[in-house]
Amino acid sequence: MADSAATTPVIETAPFQGVHAALPHDSAARHVAGSAVYIDDMPEPAGLLHVAFGMSTKAHARITRMDLSAVRTAPGVVLVLSAEDIPGENDVSPVIHDDKLFAASEASGGEVYCVGQSLFAVAATSIAAARAATTKAVVEYEDLPAAIDIAAARDLDLKIEASQRMARGDAQAALATSPRRVQGKFAIGGQDHFYLEGQVALATPREDGDVHVWSSTQHPTEVQHLIARVLGRPDHCVTVEVRRMGGGFGGKETQASLFAAAAALVAVKTGRPAKARPDRDEDMVMTGKRHDFEAAYDVGFDDEGRLTGLSLELASRCGATTDLSMAINDRAMFHVDNTYFLPAIEIVSHRYRTHTVSNTAFRGFGGPQGMIAIERVMDAVAAATGLDPLAVRRRNLYGGEGRNLTPYHQVVEDNVAPQLIDELAASCAYETRRREIEAFNRSSPVLKKGIALTPVKFGISFTTTFLNQAGALIHLYADGSIMLNHGGTEMGQGLNVKIAQIVASAFQVGIERVKITSTVTDKVPNTSATAASSGADLNGIAALNAAETIKARLVQFAAKTWNCPEHDIAFTPEGVRVCGETFEFGWFIRQAYLARVSLSSTGYYATPKIHYDRATHTGRPFYYFAYGAACSEVLIDTLTGEMKVTRADILHDVGKSLNPAIDLGQIEGGFIQGMGWLTTEELVYDAQGRLRTHAPSTYKIPTIGDRPAHLDVRLWKAGRNVEATVHRSKAVGEPPLMLAISVHSAINHAVASVGDYTVFPQLDAPATPEAILMACEDVRRRSHA
Amino acid sequence: MGATIRFLLDGQVQEVRGANPTTTLLEHLRGPMRRTGTKEGCAEGDCGSCTVLVGEAAKTEEGGDAVSWRAVNSCIQFLPMLHGKALLTVESLAKGGELHAVQQAMVDKHGSQCGFCTPGIVMSLYGRAIAAKGAGAPVGEVLAGNLCRCTGYGPIIEVAKGVEAEAAPAVDLPAVRDETMLSLSYEDEVHGVTRTWLSPRTVDELAQAYLAHPDATIVAGATDVGLWVTKLRKPLPTLIGISEVAELKALEETAEGLRIGAGVRYVDAIEAVAKLYPDLGQMMRRLGSTQVRNSGTIGGNIANGSPIGDMPPALIAAGATLILRRGNERREMALEAFFLDYGKQDRRPGEFVEAVIAPKLDAGRIFKVFKLSKRFDQDISAVCGAFSLAVEGGVVTDARIAFGGMAGTPKRAKACEAALVGQSWTEATIEAAMAALDTDYAPMSDMRASAAYRSLAARNMLRKVFLERQDVESRVMPESAVG
Repeated sequence: MADSAATTPVIETAPFQGVHAALPHDSAARHVAGSAVYIDDMPEPAGLLHVAFGMSTKAHARITRMDLSAVRTAPGVVLVLSAEDIPGENDVSPVIHDDKLFAASEASGGEVYCVGQSLFAVAATSIAAARAATTKAVVEYEDLPAAIDIAAARDLDLKIEASQRMARGDAQAALATSPRRVQGKFAIGGQDHFYLEGQVALATPREDGDVHVWSSTQHPTEVQHLIARVLGRPDHCVTVEVRRMGGGFGGKETQASLFAAAAALVAVKTGRPAKARPDRDEDMVMTGKRHDFEAAYDVGFDDEGRLTGLSLELASRCGATTDLSMAINDRAMFHVDNTYFLPAIEIVSHRYRTHTVSNTAFRGFGGPQGMIAIERVMDAVAAATGLDPLAVRRRNLYGGEGRNLTPYHQVVEDNVAPQLIDELAASCAYETRRREIEAFNRSSPVLKKGIALTPVKFGISFTTTFLNQAGALIHLYADGSIMLNHGGTEMGQGLNVKIAQIVASAFQVGIERVKITSTVTDKVPNTSATAASSGADLNGIAALNAAETIKARLVQFAAKTWNCPEHDIAFTPEGVRVCGETFEFGWFIRQAYLARVSLSSTGYYATPKIHYDRATHTGRPFYYFAYGAACSEVLIDTLTGEMKVTRADILHDVGKSLNPAIDLGQIEGGFIQGMGWLTTEELVYDAQGRLRTHAPSTYKIPTIGDRPAHLDVRLWKAGRNVEATVHRSKAVGEPPLMLAISVHSAINHAVASVGDYTVFPQLDAPATPEAILMACEDVRRRSHA
Repeated sequence: MGATIRFLLDGQVQEVRGANPTTTLLEHLRGPMRRTGTKEGCAEGDCGSCTVLVGEAAKTEEGGDAVSWRAVNSCIQFLPMLHGKALLTVESLAKGGELHAVQQAMVDKHGSQCGFCTPGIVMSLYGRAIAAKGAGAPVGEVLAGNLCRCTGYGPIIEVAKGVEAEAAPAVDLPAVRDETMLSLSYEDEVHGVTRTWLSPRTVDELAQAYLAHPDATIVAGATDVGLWVTKLRKPLPTLIGISEVAELKALEETAEGLRIGAGVRYVDAIEAVAKLYPDLGQMMRRLGSTQVRNSGTIGGNIANGSPIGDMPPALIAAGATLILRRGNERREMALEAFFLDYGKQDRRPGEFVEAVIAPKLDAGRIFKVFKLSKRFDQDISAVCGAFSLAVEGGVVTDARIAFGGMAGTPKRAKACEAALVGQSWTEATIEAAMAALDTDYAPMSDMRASAAYRSLAARNMLRKVFLERQDVESRVMPESAVG
């Protein structure tokens, strides 16, 4: 030991709070003070240029003339960029190279494929000047046939790829011999992410044509790679950094690239910093949303409501380009079973190309659309048999001999849905309330109530197997403070505090010792998007592995220094215990530094067990499943269609929670967001393909009064992941959104009361007041027929 | 005339010269002042991320000087509107590194996730603590204008319920008081216009200024005109701000009813309006949000002539009249006569709305207002219907019915009224009158609703009037849902 050997170690007294503690979000104090820095809050560098886009006003057309001369001479304009100014590839797409940064020039065909497609960018000395300049462009088009919605694309047979089929057993044969059979179809609306912070990127030129870009993105690596491709430079020339996003929800997985690439290109071309920040309307018009779907079912069942066969056809509006639509539609197919064993099942999925903005990832990633389809089927079977829908659901759950195989041939090994449903149904008094509600409805002519309890089973892992990898980087500084970096991004979901808790637990130090830093591509390379609910699962173990590597070195060091067997060395909340003696952590680390121990390490993780064959749609795409159940009660006005969710009870399985406060927030927030998707949030495109709901004045996400007055959210106490996830936790980002399917089902129940439950309502999503009133009218007509 | 905008920020005098008058308060805060805690979420006054508190001179009940605070959306407040006022932003709250109690409660109860809406929510909650305008209402009403996409609102409601009252910070408003008309001029090179802003102090000054600049845009609360700049990006060469015109802010209760000056904000009128027409009072609590009601005016809602403004149908049904003024001339007309056609009102160049006269209802008169929108709170109506009916001895003796969202203007339902008057108060009469609405209106389909829904819902509103008269429960949410 060197100079400080004589120093008496100080015992750390700060209370230890590691994993499983309900710590606040690491940025909470800065959020509330207004001092948490988002990209648009950063001091603007001298000479900053502001970027605005010229956009297509046509859904599908050929540009016959694009004259930008008046744009170039407009006040404040420094640079105007269009397709021919791109040094590398004109592409900002994640998979298929079909999203253009700028529409192809007239010489290259000049095709535009949706309203809002970027045609050119203006860089000017103020955002007002940049925006005003975009209006000076003279663009002439020759219209091409446009398919705005699913029906039109079906007529023209426009698809982003061949329709996919997932099947197990012989559904058609089962249907043919089934005792009972019903068919139906319904439509499921899309959803705008409505992250409160819009898309934004701030690019700063570096020497040698390199560029640094702050981007509000869930996928810094992809943004980095796409910028490099646009610039025609190797990836190492581009650094992308993210401290935090003001919400993402999937909308900043692929959609950030366009803005980041434009800003980077301006910065590299001009040598000046550049910021691209569309306003809310531009953001909503230019960026993709949740896919809207149509589902058509043909279901066979017996008198007890047990399914014998199901043929389900899904169709989605993918928009103009491929984006992530293949995987999203795959995930829709993966969730058609939800918690149910489907003895003979055939799912056919059509992915329609339309001349609207390309739809993209959104919390649940197609899963919600697949899941609501089967829940609708359960309600239809209940209506046909006169059974309680919950009884039908229970009879069809996975479980028992030969009843654990999914349509994609993965065995369900961790099924906890039956227990969750039983506990929730008992605690929320489902059966009593259902009887009371039906009695209320008999005596209330205008207002009607409805109730439904629906389960959730959500597959965890990217179904594109290679994405299931993550990296982390941990430095211990000589004072014992810890710098933590990992490939995940913080969008409000509390990922950073969870990973910090994992690292703090590994070293058994207080969380305040761990510095959370921005996600940046030059610290952890080749990361996957923070998506698929995977952030904590993947990055958590990567960080843990980095910590364990350093700990192993420290143990070795301590064993040698104090001549102590390794099994007598332990990291404890009181400090590092070495053969009965406890050293203050900071002092101990300093000794290690002085003894020339490497205090920095990367960590890496790749999810085990998973594999998938997309050609046959079989394999084990998911490491495990997350489960939950919700019971919602609604009140509707059958004369106006107005609706209020009056009560919801939720029981959700997060395994052993890494942070119960964060997890509860995810569950409650996800439920309300899902409720918005299925009730008030309606995307309206007109016949010309223009989005008419492009701001909060016309697009209505839930506000505070929409939250049910009674909302009881609980973590399932018995939860523990059977797989070896980090501290046996489960992913929580996406699954709770689908708890809101219970709201739609409850509304359907209320509407059915109008016809005394004799007909099954035709209730599409979202169940806006209009949709509810029209469904009531339809039930009135049919029940009197 | 003054050319300097003066206001107090955290009690310190701020002076702004040479500003573009259509610069929003938010742009000024985030730009030159580097107060970036206040966020832009939508730039149209709908999300509340930009909420700040503005204090202005007021009188106590005893007539003493006081400061009245109100939460506003800074994204649609023009900077000159802040002249002579005091401002608090999210950065004003923490003192000496200590978070304010509402901030600490938001941390402790996990009220933030992504944090972007949080500063606005903190300011609305702080407004509740210092008894800002409208902030004592039920939580659901106070925060309806603060959208959060992450939390589901539960923790925020918990925080709101625990907000403790405290004194507002003392501010020296006379330090920024200015008795002359603010007059600004700015060369807008981007739009190639010279932009002028005038803030008259008296209604006579306003009348003269408007006569001199009949093409000017009159700005009251800017909850609509603000969007003409931030969304429509109109150049607006001349603007006349009327928020300093004392006479226009007068709200007089008379024996006949209520005289509402054109500059009276919703928040200041709700109580008096609710006394005259309880159902309209309830509806006004859903009109816009706290921030919007704290800025927007009833006069502006009428003068803009929007077919979906929520005040005109009810005021038309009530038999309200409008007082218009041009120079020294005044004329009075029935409110429904003001709305000539879509985007066209009976208003001559240089003529402005000075006041609305809302009459008292006869005792026993049925007065019902229904506002239908996709979202219950803070949404623009698909259909807004108002019914004023007299039923004597089982016979309908008078009917005034008006709708918004059913035509190019707020419009009376004359055929429906005719089908009611003189008829017995029966279901058959109601059904005949419901059918007559198809004669009155041929609504359009748009992003808010289809024509079919509008027609059906309008008819059903009349049925609800009938049913409610028989005490049938017919409202999903009679009052604000979050107590």
